[in-house]
Amino acid sequence: MDIVYTIWLRSMKRYLRSKSRIIGSISMPLFLLLFLGFGLNAVVTLPNSENYIAFLMPGMVAMSVLFSSVFSGIQIIWDKQFGFLKETLVAPVTRLEIMIGQTVGGATTAFIQGIIILVLSLFIGLVVDNPFRFLVAFLFMALIGISFTAFGIAIASRMEDMTGFQLIMNFIIFPVFALSGAFFPIASLPPVMGTVTLLDPLTYGVEGIRYGLNGSSQIDPLVCLAVIGAFALATTVIGAFLFRKIRI
Amino acid sequence: MTSAIHIENLTRRFGDLVAVDTVSFDIGQGEIFGLLGPNGAGKTTTLSMLATMLEPSSGTATINGIDITGDADGVRKSIGIVFQDQSLDEELTAWENMDFHGRLYRIPAAVRNQRIDELLRLVELSDRKDDIVKTFSGGMRRRLEIARGLLHHPSVLFLDEPTLGLDPQTRNHLWTYIATLAQEKGITIVITTHYMEEADRLCNRIAIIDHGKIIAMDTPERLKARIGGEVVTITSPDPERVVSVLDGAGIGKTDRRDGQVTIRLDHAEQQISGLIVRLSENHVPVTALAIHKPTLEDVFLSFTGKTIRDEEIDGKETMRIHHRIMRH
Repeated sequence: MDIVYTIWLRSMKRYLRSKSRIIGSISMPLFLLLFLGFGLNAVVTLPNSENYIAFLMPGMVAMSVLFSSVFSGIQIIWDKQFGFLKETLVAPVTRLEIMIGQTVGGATTAFIQGIIILVLSLFIGLVVDNPFRFLVAFLFMALIGISFTAFGIAIASRMEDMTGFQLIMNFIIFPVFALSGAFFPIASLPPVMGTVTLLDPLTYGVEGIRYGLNGSSQIDPLVCLAVIGAFALATTVIGAFLFRKIRI
Repeated sequence: MTSAIHIENLTRRFGDLVAVDTVSFDIGQGEIFGLLGPNGAGKTTTLSMLATMLEPSSGTATINGIDITGDADGVRKSIGIVFQDQSLDEELTAWENMDFHGRLYRIPAAVRNQRIDELLRLVELSDRKDDIVKTFSGGMRRRLEIARGLLHHPSVLFLDEPTLGLDPQTRNHLWTYIATLAQEKGITIVITTHYMEEADRLCNRIAIIDHGKIIAMDTPERLKARIGGEVVTITSPDPERVVSVLDGAGIGKTDRRDGQVTIRLDHAEQQISGLIVRLSENHVPVTALAIHKPTLEDVFLSFTGKTIRDEEIDGKETMRIHHRIMRH
């Protein structure tokens, strides 16, 4: 546990010192929220006559967590390149402890990034009517954070340098995000696309957060919890397995 | 002498390349042992295997009786390592880098803080302890890494080119400190270096390694004694002719490097006049001539047929430096 804490502590220190990263990774969801939200609010009619900005908020919180966590996980490549990974790997600690520490650290930073969007949302119409449901949103944010930090670590364990990073972002992370139902109600999609959306694990994260923030979701929150929980577990196991085989 | 490190037929292959080739030797408790060799000779590969960073292809090694492949964690607890390439977190301060290390080795907070202060003072970084490592010079980083490697009081310390890129003053300082460590605390130290002076001054014993094989191993004194007598260095604009004339006369064994020719002679002071006569008879131009006791440099030359400086920056090294610059 102390080792996990040590590695978590390092992530926190680094995070708090990288102002540009904090601002950089909240700017995108914030822009989307403001421009898509206000721009389309008047023209988009949702089935349950919900406000489009309110609909968009959970998706943008999830986006902030998603991108931030993948980035945190992939940062291991930098540790590899700048030599710091050697320092941890040669210590008498297990690779599992290192991996868990990295995951918890990355998930925490991602969670904070999500909270920032959440807090900013309060200024553009997010209403806290039920604090308990808010905690539900927090839970889903944490699960998305763990899933995708572990996913990033899994990828980073197999990558030599950052050149593949853009590829991963464009061909995996962006589709995962776009298909998650963050922008549109799943029910209004053609059946084929609807099915694809339901295969995207992030959909369940977004819907979980949606339940927490808006009080209603398109998928049963318990189903969401089961799916994203299982996904978090699966990515952590795969990430730990691949990290064990990392070569430097 | 109990051995701190016992190596038996240690071999590492990378594809067709045999980086370390059935190497066997013992290093005693409290000994300062130097691994000397050109780049790519297998020094770092040997070190990586002993530090459990790399699995041997075959052969075994034990550190304090613990098998490097059987109980990697046991080995790791008792060793400290300073890598050739930097391994600090540049975003953290000097103190935080130390603290991170101390926590990884599970040193209790009180002891940890005290040792960090002590070691930072030792490497003269106390006044910079709260500065981000990114702002440090190469020498400061190296000092910090050495301090970090000592934090958990390892019984065996591996130093991979520890003083590379340091100014002479800092280097001297570190040598004194390393020697004291070995003496007072009985820490066994394994150093790879290509500073001959460093190896000569510090090491109790030296192994010269080339192409993955150990080609000589002894104390620096005895290695130098093996060459025997004195070394005469002749600087000439036409070294080929110096070699051909001297070889023809059968005086000592000649070696050529750069614009210089070295000859090993017994009782050089008696033979030197004959040598000069021989050269002038043949009208060989000589710019300078010097006689000195053999150094490790001469030992290295006689065993490997090359000076270590020729090897210092080879193609791979240049590429690596270039790569590093590109990244920043």
